[in-house]
Order: sequence, then structure tokens, then C-alpha cells
Amino acid sequence: MKASVIVFPGSNCDRDAAVALQGAMTAMGDKGAAPTMVWHGDSELPDSDLILLPGGFSYGDYLRSGAMAAHSPIMREVVRRAKAGTPVLGICNGFQVLTEAGLLPGVLMRNATLRFICKDVLLRVERDDTPFTSHYKQDQVVRFPIAHKDGCYFADAGTLYLLENENRIAFRYCEADGAVTEAANPNGSSGNIAGIFNETGTVLGMMPHPERLIDPALSGTDGIHMFSSLVEALH
Amino acid sequence: MKARITITLKPGVLDPQGKAIEGALHALGFGGVEGVRQGKFIEVEVAESDPARAREEIERMCKQLLANTIIENYAYELEAA
Repeated sequence: MKASVIVFPGSNCDRDAAVALQGAMTAMGDKGAAPTMVWHGDSELPDSDLILLPGGFSYGDYLRSGAMAAHSPIMREVVRRAKAGTPVLGICNGFQVLTEAGLLPGVLMRNATLRFICKDVLLRVERDDTPFTSHYKQDQVVRFPIAHKDGCYFADAGTLYLLENENRIAFRYCEADGAVTEAANPNGSSGNIAGIFNETGTVLGMMPHPERLIDPALSGTDGIHMFSSLVEALH
Repeated sequence: MKARITITLKPGVLDPQGKAIEGALHALGFGGVEGVRQGKFIEVEVAESDPARAREEIERMCKQLLANTIIENYAYELEAA
């Protein structure tokens, strides 16, 4: 599988994401394969089966989180490939970039608490029939870390209805038993939404960080299955 | 020409920062304050000297980058630099 990780000035999870992807590639028998790191100022993107927009604080979150990065030279090509069907995964700041670039609807606003939140949260997997989530089970509860100040997902009522109706919600913040409650919602997101798909299910944006829980030494491996799902689907 | 651009949250969009400011104003004794909303102010100088064309350029700047029209409204004034 050929994967590209886009690096913006201020990205800080690019290497973690690359390590997670490479680990999954190796585990699936794709020895020697490694993602290509692509600088935001480049306008050419290598052949890619997967494009990953990593977490971080691209452009220092100036203006709005993700707003500047969405107009980086490389993003023209990312948008073109995404529209042609290449799978794109945006994590945290990557999710913010995807909404600002118009590849996903809605917007990530300041957390309702106004605080930067860095902790593990529980998520309910809403779909297991996608290349991103096939190694999870629908309604499975997983533990992923979050680390953001602008993670409150907001969209107008029509867009939220569409997302629900078209089964485009990937993950929701939930309780240990999978119940979606206000108490389990860390940031005020509409419908406890932690991640969404585009119309074709080929673009996923999510605030939680699967790449941060891929090794028992990091206290859990719930995130590893996203990368193994992708490698299996795309190699 | 110089444009003074004001970006505000659309009515109905939750503004926790505005709420926090309102709370702080109440704490300072400004009890009659309500409806505080926080926005952004951006000044831009453009080389274009024709007001109609300058407006058109500012509109495109606002729509493409300066405002996120899902949640924000924008307004601007133009003046000769």
C-alpha cells in the first residue's frame, strides 16, 4: 500500500501517524513499506492509496483551526484525489483541515468548556463496513485519546439530518456501555459526533487520535485496528 | 483602498467565548449586560483603486478564507487608503 502523510508547519502527529501506518503495513506482510511524508508546500503528491492529514496546530491555528492549511499548495491535489475517490483520513487538526477544505461538512468550533482537553475518551463505532473501520465491530466501544481545544462539531440542522440519514457518522462519544449521553460528550459536539464520513465513505475526519494507542506500552491498542483495516482494504 | 472587515458568529451559533466574557462582565458589576458575542476584525489594504472591483475582491477573500460562512457572517467598509 502506498500512503502519504501530509506535513504542515505545526503538524505534530505526523510521525506518530506514519509509525502507526508502517506498523500495520509490516504486520500485514508489506515489509519495507513506509508512508511518504509530503511537505505542505509541495504541489505534487506521489501515487497514494491513502492520504493522511495528521494532528497538530497547522499555522498555529491562526484565523481558524485548519483554515490556512486548507489552502496550502498540496491541498489542491489532495482535494482533487479525494474527489476522485482516494481514501483520506484526517485526524484532529486533519479533521479541521478537511472541513475547511470543503471535503467534509460542518465545522469544529471551540470546545463548549473553552478548555483544551487531553484525555482518553470512549467512542462507539457506528459503522464497520468501511475501509477505515472493518476491523472493529459496529456498536463496539473503544478507547481513544483526544487532545484539542477546537473539537466541538457543529453543523446546521439540515446537514446533521443528512449525516444521520445517510449513516455517515463514524464515531460518537459514549459511556462504557455504549450509551450516547451528554455526560460522555467532552466538547459539546452536536449528536456526540467524534468523526464523520463524506458522501462516498472514502473521506473520514475524526477528532480522537487512533495513532496514539497502537502499542501496549502506550496503555492500549484500540487504535491499531483502524490502520490494519486500511492496510487490508487498500494494499 | 483599505477594507475594514468584521466577522461575527451567525445568530444561533453557540458562542462559549461570548458567554464567558458576559460572565466576567457580570462579575465586574456590569449587571445589565447581555447578549455578548465575540467576533474578529481584520484590516486589509488592496492595490485595487476601483471601489466596485475592490468590493468584489474583498467578497471573494471573505468567502474563500477570512470567514467560514457555515457559522460566520461578514461585513466590511471600504475607504481610500
